[in-house]
Amino acid sequence: MLEIKNLNVAIGGRRILNDLDLKVAAGEVAAIMGPNGSGKSTLAYVIAGKEDYEVLSGEVLLDGENVLELSPDERAAKGLFLAFQYPVEIPGVATMTFLKAALNAQRKQRGEEELSIPEFMKRVKKAGDMLDIKPEMLRRALNVGFSGGEKKRMDIMQMALLEPRFAILDETDSGLDIDAVRIVADGVNALRSRQRGFLVITHYPRLLEHIVPDTVHVMAGGRIVRSGGKELASELERTGYREYAEEAA
Amino acid sequence: MTAQIIPSRTAAEAALAEIFASAKAGLPGSGAVEKLREESFAAFARGGLPHRRIESWHYTDLRALMREALPIAPAPTRERRAALRKAAAALPANSLVLVDGVFAAELSGKLPEGVKVTSLSAALAEDRPGILESLAAAWAEADDAIVSLNAALMRDGVVIDVAPGASLAAPLHIVYASVAEKPAARFSRSLVKVGAGACLRLNEMSLGAGGRAGQTNNALIVDVGEGAEVGHTLSLTDTRPGSLRLETFLVRVAARAKFDSFALVTGGGLMRRQIFKLFAGPDAKGTLRGVSLLRGREHADTTLFVRHAATGCEGRQAFRYILDEESTGVFQGKVVVEPGAQKTDGKMLAKAIMLSDAATMNSRPELEIFADDVICGHGATCGGLNADQLFYLETRGLPPPEAEALLLEAFANELIDDIGHADLVAAYRAEVAAWLAARARSETRSVA
Amino acid sequence: MAAVQETVERVKAIDVDQYKYGFFTDIEAEKAPKGLNEDIVRFISAKKNEPEWLTAWRLEAYRRWVTMREPTWARVSYPPIDYQELYYYSAPKTASGPKSLEEVDPELLRTYEKLGIPLNERAILAGVEGAGQEASRGVAVDAVFDSVSVFTTFKAELAKAGVIFCPISEAVQTHPELVRKYLGSVVPPTDNFFATLNSAVFSDGSFVYVPPGVRCPMELSTYFRINERNTGQFERTLIIADKGAYVSYLEGCTAPRRDENQLHAAVVELIALDDAEIKYSTVQNWYPGDAEGKGGVFNFVTKRGDCRGQNSKISWTQVETGSAITWKYPSCILRGDNSRGEFYSIAISNGHQQVDSGTKMIHLGKNTTSRVISKGIAAGHSQNTYRGQISSHRKATGARNFTNCDSLLIGNDCGAHTVPYIESRNPSTQFEHEATTSKISEDQLFYCRQRGLSAEEATALIVNGFVRDVLQQLPMEFAVEAQKLISVSLEGSVG
Repeated sequence: MLEIKNLNVAIGGRRILNDLDLKVAAGEVAAIMGPNGSGKSTLAYVIAGKEDYEVLSGEVLLDGENVLELSPDERAAKGLFLAFQYPVEIPGVATMTFLKAALNAQRKQRGEEELSIPEFMKRVKKAGDMLDIKPEMLRRALNVGFSGGEKKRMDIMQMALLEPRFAILDETDSGLDIDAVRIVADGVNALRSRQRGFLVITHYPRLLEHIVPDTVHVMAGGRIVRSGGKELASELERTGYREYAEEAA
Repeated sequence: MTAQIIPSRTAAEAALAEIFASAKAGLPGSGAVEKLREESFAAFARGGLPHRRIESWHYTDLRALMREALPIAPAPTRERRAALRKAAAALPANSLVLVDGVFAAELSGKLPEGVKVTSLSAALAEDRPGILESLAAAWAEADDAIVSLNAALMRDGVVIDVAPGASLAAPLHIVYASVAEKPAARFSRSLVKVGAGACLRLNEMSLGAGGRAGQTNNALIVDVGEGAEVGHTLSLTDTRPGSLRLETFLVRVAARAKFDSFALVTGGGLMRRQIFKLFAGPDAKGTLRGVSLLRGREHADTTLFVRHAATGCEGRQAFRYILDEESTGVFQGKVVVEPGAQKTDGKMLAKAIMLSDAATMNSRPELEIFADDVICGHGATCGGLNADQLFYLETRGLPPPEAEALLLEAFANELIDDIGHADLVAAYRAEVAAWLAARARSETRSVA
Repeated sequence: MAAVQETVERVKAIDVDQYKYGFFTDIEAEKAPKGLNEDIVRFISAKKNEPEWLTAWRLEAYRRWVTMREPTWARVSYPPIDYQELYYYSAPKTASGPKSLEEVDPELLRTYEKLGIPLNERAILAGVEGAGQEASRGVAVDAVFDSVSVFTTFKAELAKAGVIFCPISEAVQTHPELVRKYLGSVVPPTDNFFATLNSAVFSDGSFVYVPPGVRCPMELSTYFRINERNTGQFERTLIIADKGAYVSYLEGCTAPRRDENQLHAAVVELIALDDAEIKYSTVQNWYPGDAEGKGGVFNFVTKRGDCRGQNSKISWTQVETGSAITWKYPSCILRGDNSRGEFYSIAISNGHQQVDSGTKMIHLGKNTTSRVISKGIAAGHSQNTYRGQISSHRKATGARNFTNCDSLLIGNDCGAHTVPYIESRNPSTQFEHEATTSKISEDQLFYCRQRGLSAEEATALIVNGFVRDVLQQLPMEFAVEAQKLISVSLEGSVG
């Protein structure tokens, strides 16, 4: 489903990702773990198409198609979703307005019809209920004045609504308390399916107790240095990232 | 409403023309300097004294307010000089004294390492390389009638050179002493060049020495070299009622330099302070702050022109006014971000507290922005003291006048406390306290 | 830099198609001779069959005007206007006073239909009912074509409520006492260069009088259309809300696309007596000129409201997307105690447009309050200035103002400027002013695009969020239209 080949990325002349290779199959939940500064968030941004990064070489294939030449919105229409580490505030734009605009823009790019208002409302309600999002929150400006937990829930709710084919969760657990982690994880788990792939980026193994991955990759120095099953996460909980620090250097 | 009004010259304008005609032969400099003076006076004479139709003088109509032009102060008498010497002995170390606008080397103490000082008149007379250029450059930045007038009539001043990398432990003081027995005019211009990486604290203050109401037109030009750090303070606190004080301050800040300035204005008659600040190199930082405490019929105008011509500079401007009786406060701040000055971060805030039905506050915080990747903002507030705060203090047992004084003092001192030099903070706080005490006394008198 | 280049190119490419009201109606017009002198002023006055006092009033204004000079303080620049090269009166030949819709020239009706302004009352009501709203919430329209009003809808309906809504030229005939009492009482004929010119040559415009205690049963609106070449439009609008009355009024404007500049110098006067309220909304979409800045309307307008009575309220809302140059400061004189003034503005400039607009809130009465919310958006090579004055006078105890003006820059070749004048003469006055200038954050854009919006859609969405406070002030029927207009105005502004 998602295949990254020999990806090299720099920002401001500084190399962040080095010959990175990664494969995630449909239906698979892959976790990427690694110390701070190992390039995890960069990887998420590059897959989603943030402009600041300079892709020196390599490919990011979604179902065999290289998405690196596509704009972020085109990638989104292809079914790529990024749950941000820091969801952005947009003053004055009501959340509901935003959701409708995003959903219909993606449908339009895919050549699908716009949703009717009742159908749209039904879907929003379903996604909202799943993530414990109150209607009052949907009337407020997007993420403005939301707590950290509310912002993260809002992002996962968008994932539920937009039904992407491949989702990247960038440090979704950071800044969340246990209850919020559980709500978010339940939301993600409900969306797991044989057609959908996930890339869960996290610093702490904690999240992976709730979203149990199929594979775990350790990232250091801008490349994947070790891969294994879910047991790798518990191993890291005991040993920490120290042994990988040298790889990074 | 005829199509073209050619205003007749006012008495003050006519007197200034006479003063220039009779004084110019005696003013320092020849050749190119003389030419600069003539051109400057011609530029002044074309427009005359600035008036309310000149945008930057809208709230300070100098043509209407300046009734007469005083003669230039004569050289001080022997007695005055002796008295002054005594007063100067009490001045802090590193003081440079200008007597009625003329540098008095004999009153100024020994200077620290890395600092060279001469008089402007000497520099002009010997046509020192670079002097004329730096004067002309400054004049180009500040296209303004009173700057032209200052360029025409500048009599003396100090030229301070701080060596690159020099770091001064104690502040350097420029002291303006007024000694003339009769009301007189003073025109001074000083240049401060701070070398790359140098570190300097510069304080300007006045020494009354029994001077009478006068007219002052001072200009100070500061050139802050790359990576240098300058802290500047100015006290305009002993100007006499009926006097006119025009202060022009030009600052050029080079790359990665830091320049902070604070001014306290109290007392006096008509005061106009105009600051032209140019961020000339990238990643520089600077603050401009000021507090004006006004009573009687005082009129104090602070006008800023802050120009961002380089990327990544951070400018902060904060000015506060307390206005009592029939006083008038004017704040104008224009922040210009030139095309290409991306990543500029500029903020400005003017606050005024009005204490009397007869006071007036005029603010004009202006933004002119030609670059898109900037964060700029300004704010202005104007009103009476906060009633909730006053009430709270009163419920805790403070009588209204004390509660009021406490809030006013806090309002002024918030900016003073940021000066960052303990002695200067104490000195400026004392000035505020003295002003509030004087106000309290006159309130008591007027109640009795 | 590639993005900037692309922006420039796209602005060039789209500008011409973007202005969809740029067509010209070929209809025979009766014009006054070119140029301006006392005879022309008399000609206009005679055409309108005006009483002597009004002719004298116009002539006095004209004599004053010849002694005045065009103002230069605004941050706009344009080549000198030759006032003798303009026509000061132009009317469709067939327009004179139709009583019913059947008498209106079908060519004119087609023009208004093309502009989306149907003048057929039944059609309007049907449309309103179709949209599922109350049947009574129609909009009465006064359609002004060059110098004259061609038709006013719903007059009978309004008359039942006692509301007078008619062309001002008609009001001069039918309600001379009201016109004489209020005309020039807010904007005196000597006020400024353009207002004085208007006083001398004003042709038509709307007149509204809402009697005491009456809440006007529907929105009133005037639709201005400049059609003829080299013709100045000088309309004059006068709205009076008597004690306890309420009226909401909307003004829309378009003009054909021409290479020459067209002059529009209108005067609008609002008078609110005790407890009255006037809400005045403008969606200004005059032709802005082409991609090189050629052509377009010079919109030099004086709009002022007088809160003459206690507890009166005047609210201005404007969406400014058109004109080559906009020079306009809808203001409030807060004379009555407890009166309130509001100004909500969205000014969008693209291409080579120049905007110098803002407001004045003059606090004279006790406990007067005002609120100013201004959102300026500059794109392309445009210059966008907010200029505003807030002042309180000695007797204005308890005056309050809150001002917020934000500017957004899109692209690197435009400028956004803020020039507020804040003048307080009373210690119990509380004035608060805040302003910011920024660009659309890259993070916001990326976030929206990650969720599937194109760069332009994302920009439009964020801009709509930026201007939302103001859009909410518009009557519902027009808010949607204004929102679309904003997206269109910004087309091609992002690379």
